Parts: sequence; C-alpha cells; structure tokens
Amino acid sequence: MTVVFKRTEGLTEKPYHYCPGCTHGIIHRLVGEVLEELGVLGKSIGVAPVGCSVLAYDYFNCDMHEAAHGRAPAVATGVKRVLPDQVVFTYQGDGDLASIGTAEIVHAAHRGEKITTIFVNNAIYGMTGGQMAPTTLIGQKATTSPYGRDAAHAGMPLRISEMLATITGAVFVERVSVDTPANIRKTKKAIKKAFEVQIEGKGFGIVEVLSTCPTNWGLTPTEAIKWLQDNMIPYYPLGNFRTPEEVK
Amino acid sequence: MAKAKGKVSFKEDLCKGCELCTTVCPVNIIEMDRKRINIKGYHPAAVKEMDKCIGCANCATICPDVVITVEREIEK
Amino acid sequence: MAKILMKGNEAIGAAAIKAGCRFFFGYPITPQNEIPEYMSREMAKAGGVFLQAESEVAAINMVYGAAGSGARVMTSSSSPGIALKQEGISYIAGAQLPCVIVNISRGGPGLGGIQPSQADYFQSTRGGGNGDYRLLVYAPSTLQEAVDLVMEAFEAADYYRNPVMVIGDGMIGQMMEPIEFKEPAKRELPSKDWATIGTNGTRKPNIINSLSLDAAELERMNIRLQEKYDIIEQNEVRYELYNMENAEVVIAAYGTTSRIVKNAIAALKEEGINVGLIRPITLWPFPMKAFDEIPATAKALLSVEMSMGQMIDDIKIASSGRWPVHFYGRCGGMIPTPNAVVEKVKEIIGGAK
Repeated sequence: MTVVFKRTEGLTEKPYHYCPGCTHGIIHRLVGEVLEELGVLGKSIGVAPVGCSVLAYDYFNCDMHEAAHGRAPAVATGVKRVLPDQVVFTYQGDGDLASIGTAEIVHAAHRGEKITTIFVNNAIYGMTGGQMAPTTLIGQKATTSPYGRDAAHAGMPLRISEMLATITGAVFVERVSVDTPANIRKTKKAIKKAFEVQIEGKGFGIVEVLSTCPTNWGLTPTEAIKWLQDNMIPYYPLGNFRTPEEVK
Repeated sequence: MAKAKGKVSFKEDLCKGCELCTTVCPVNIIEMDRKRINIKGYHPAAVKEMDKCIGCANCATICPDVVITVEREIEK
Repeated sequence: MAKILMKGNEAIGAAAIKAGCRFFFGYPITPQNEIPEYMSREMAKAGGVFLQAESEVAAINMVYGAAGSGARVMTSSSSPGIALKQEGISYIAGAQLPCVIVNISRGGPGLGGIQPSQADYFQSTRGGGNGDYRLLVYAPSTLQEAVDLVMEAFEAADYYRNPVMVIGDGMIGQMMEPIEFKEPAKRELPSKDWATIGTNGTRKPNIINSLSLDAAELERMNIRLQEKYDIIEQNEVRYELYNMENAEVVIAAYGTTSRIVKNAIAALKEEGINVGLIRPITLWPFPMKAFDEIPATAKALLSVEMSMGQMIDDIKIASSGRWPVHFYGRCGGMIPTPNAVVEKVKEIIGGAK
C-alpha cells in the first residue's frame, strides 16, 4: 500500500488550538501542502493576523511575521519589497481583512503587490467571542447584533471578492468553500493558482474561503457545514472572479 | 474491474471529536468511539471495518486536525 | 569635503541613504513632504525602494515588515501622522526590531496647524503607543546635527534592535543650512540571524512577534526590554552645556528653540546677566546628570519650549526640587522671540531678588 495522504511538511508538529470542527485547520493544511508541493517552503514568509489564527505563526513551517489587526497586507508589502524573490503571504480572517484592514487589502491589491492573501470568511468574529463582522449575514445573530443583523442599521454584508475584483492589480480573485471534500480539493487548486500567480510575478492574488465557526454560530461542526451551504454560499457565490489569462 | 483497497490510521490524541469525517465517508465505516475518550477528553473517531475502506481520503481531506493518514492499493 | 546647502527635509533623506537606508515608506503630511519626495527621486538610484503608502498606519506596518526582513528602513511624518503610527511603533519595539522614525513636528492637538512646534515631547518620550517601551529620541538643533543624528540613528537602531526617533520641528524641516555627511562612529553590530528571510530549509522558522499570551513569559520579555533600556540610558545620553559658568539662571531648551535661547543668552550677557543652557540632544534618555552640573550660583531653572510645557516635567524630575522651575513657551506655531526669553529671565531674577 502507498501512503496517499499524510501530514504535510508545510505544517509544524504543533497541534492546533482551534475549536473542534474549525475549518482553519483544513485551510492551514492546504496552504502548507501547496507551499510544500511548489517547493517554496524555504523561501516563504507568512504574515499572521489578529483573530483565531493569531497563532498561525506556530503552525506554518516557514518564517512567520506577526501583524497588527488588519495590517498584514502592509507588513507583507514591507517584506516583499525587501525580499522580492521570496514567497510572501497573508492569512487573514473577516474581521482582520474586511473590517479594520480594508484600506490595507485594497491598497495591496491596487498596487498589484506580488503577495498572496488567504481570506478566511466565517461571517463572524471568532477569537473575541462572536461579534458581528462586516460579512455577518442579514438576520444572523452575533453578540453585537443580538437581534440579528439589520441592513438599515449596519448595512448589507460585504462581498470582498467582488469588490477586489474591480481593482486592476488584483489579477487572481477566487471564492471557494471548505464544506465538502470536493470543494476542499477545489480550494487547494485555487490556493495553488494564487501562489503561482505570485511566483510568476503577475500580481496580487486572493482566495476567499467560506468557512465555519461552530462555536460562535452555536452549532455542531456538522450543522455548521450545513448552515454554510444553506446560507453563505447563496450570498457569497463560489467561483473565479479574476484570473490572468495564462494561469487559467 | 479495478478495486481500490484502503487503510486509514488515526492519531487519536489529535482528534477533537468534531465528527466531520463520519459525514463524508462513502462506505460509512467511521464511527465516534463512544466507549472511550482520548487525552483531550473527546470521543475519538475510529474505523472498525477496515476491509471496507477504499482509500478515497475524503475523511483526511475534511479532518481539521490532520488526524488521519491514508494508504491505498489498487487491486487488478 | 565641501559643505552643501540643503533643505532640512532633503538633508535628512540624503543622510538616511548615506547611512545605508534602502527602504522608505511614508505618506504626505506638511511640513515633511520633501522627505518622501526626496526619497521618491533618490532611493531607486541608490538601489533602494521608495513606496508611498496609503496611510501613516500602513507605512509604519510596512516598516515593521521590512525591519523584520533585516533591512535598514525609515519612515517620516509629522505629529498627527506620528499619532497614527503609535500602534506600529509599539509592535516594532515589542518585537525588538530596528527602524528610524522621523517626526517633523507641527502644532497640535488634533489637526492643529502646519507651523513648527515642540508639542510631541510627551508623545515621543512617554510611550505614545501602548505598553512599557522606550524610543531612543534624538532632537537636533541644526541641520548638520540632524544629518549626523539620522546617520547615528541607523547604527543605534541596529545595535539595540529598537526603533529610534529623530524629532525636528517644521523649521528644521524647511530651512536650508550648509551640511556635510560624516561617517558616524561605527558600532559592532550583531548579525540579523533573527530576520524572516526564508529558512532555505537550513534552519527552524524565525518568528517576528510581540505577542506572549503567557503572563510570566510576557513579564520576562518586558524585563529583557527594560534591561536594554537601562543600557541605553547608561550609554546614549547626549546633551550640550552652554555658558554655565556662574550662571544665575539655567535654561533648558532643545531643537531650534535652543538657538533662540542662545541669542537671548548673548543679549543678557551684554546686560551683565549670566544665563546658562542645558540643551538635551537625546530627549530619551533625558540628560538627568546634566542637572548635577548646574553651578552653585544658579537660583532658578527655566524651561523654554514651543509647547504648553512638556519637557518641564523631566526638568522637575532631574532637578529634584533643588531649584524653582519656571516655564516660558509659545505654541500653535508661534515662535518664541529672544526678547521674550530675555524678559522672562529678568522677571525670574527680579522675583528672586
């Protein structure tokens, strides 16, 4: 028998601190696998966010840099401008990227910064205990929208992929989901393409990954997957929004 | 007809009992072992009928904690 | 080497490049715009990178990333922009990274004004950002000193693995004086083997980080930082003593204000009144010991600042109640005149008599 699936070298040995069923675990693994398969682990520098994955620097088996909340794309810009031949990525949640960090992500895309962003969208603030995020759905209850998100008060949820796809410098924009093994495999393909776009010097790439937060959604991991399928995918459609022709 | 034969192994101390693997196994052989708890205090996932495993790796693909290693052999 | 006439902001930019700075991230704000503009023209010629960031916040975070990657990197701004950078500065200090931050300060608070002031003393020396950290803060009074201190700043930043601030006011930024570039005293610099440049498969990953969720570990980290700051306090204090012999009143002033004070001292001397000057060149560490060199003839101290009185707190600490401490200042962009300082000294002496 041949081993067809084992732990990637792209992850350290450290067990994750994430909640049971948290899709961060899957997405971290996919990034690690992609970096290992592309042979770039030794030249990768990742920038960790503030959020549940604030400790991401303990899990990726490459040089890692902390960033303040939302600032990862700016930190990554500093790294990439100093080390243009290295592979630089940010890993950010929806509070980090879509709330406090909107200027930084827009301008990294606008400059066509040759970095890769993995954007984990679980429609809520995880680490701080379940507050409303810009991506929280209408009617969805969170600790700061206890009666359900109301569009008149807080606006409609923010579609980041569609927004960034209007920026010329964002040459690869794709939204994926980790709700089924098939979609997880598609997510890995998208992540790989996004890194290839950077390696080929084409510009900024972002993969938005629809994810679950069982703990703060108040659901079991299995129920959370269903909630994602029933509620998030209809509002945040999966698909590629931009790709450089050659990478397609 | 070629038939895949598989074998999975679980690093049960990493399992957090999330049960996602049980929902994606096409031959339904993964169960949470309700008779035991692991060092983290969860019922770990386990397979009893390993001979039915086809080595598709769906379980390992969805496992958030990299608990599962998958081996496969194609019989002709 | 012949001196060249340069505008302060441009001289600061040129000094940074001479000191080996190859990365500059900044944002426009009056009265320091000539710094990013100079860098946008000259950095690439020196083989470096200039990038105008989307905000001062983004710029300091780009500095954070570049510093973590082992580069000599600088940002510049003015008071409200420096306020925006405080979060990033705290992170850089916590992660123990080197960088140089230039503040060409203007009137505040808030949007304030665009004219010179010294109202960022607290911001520079009392944190500014959160947590227990210090910046080495240089306050030049001439363009030559600005050039020398900017070059020194890069050496000190690398030596101590700490952010270093060079603070001038709008006058320093805007005026032109003859300057020359001199090599700073070379420090023995440790290698940057902590930098995140890629493991190359030959070592464990480096992590640049200021977070410690474990309280005991965070305390240990802070104690290590404090030990570093103690060394900086022992070794890096700089100040100038001027006309201290038989001084009746000793003035403390820094930056361009000290030059105005020197004019006042000359005028007072003609009237037979002897006034000395302690000119801090490092605002942190503050030259506490300079106050032990005040002669027995002195009856009072006077802080002259372009603010409502911020350095005066350190003067009170340093003088430990040995002399009454007076204050004269202008703010909002109003510049003190030598005459006004003369009148204040006479008022103090008149009162003392």
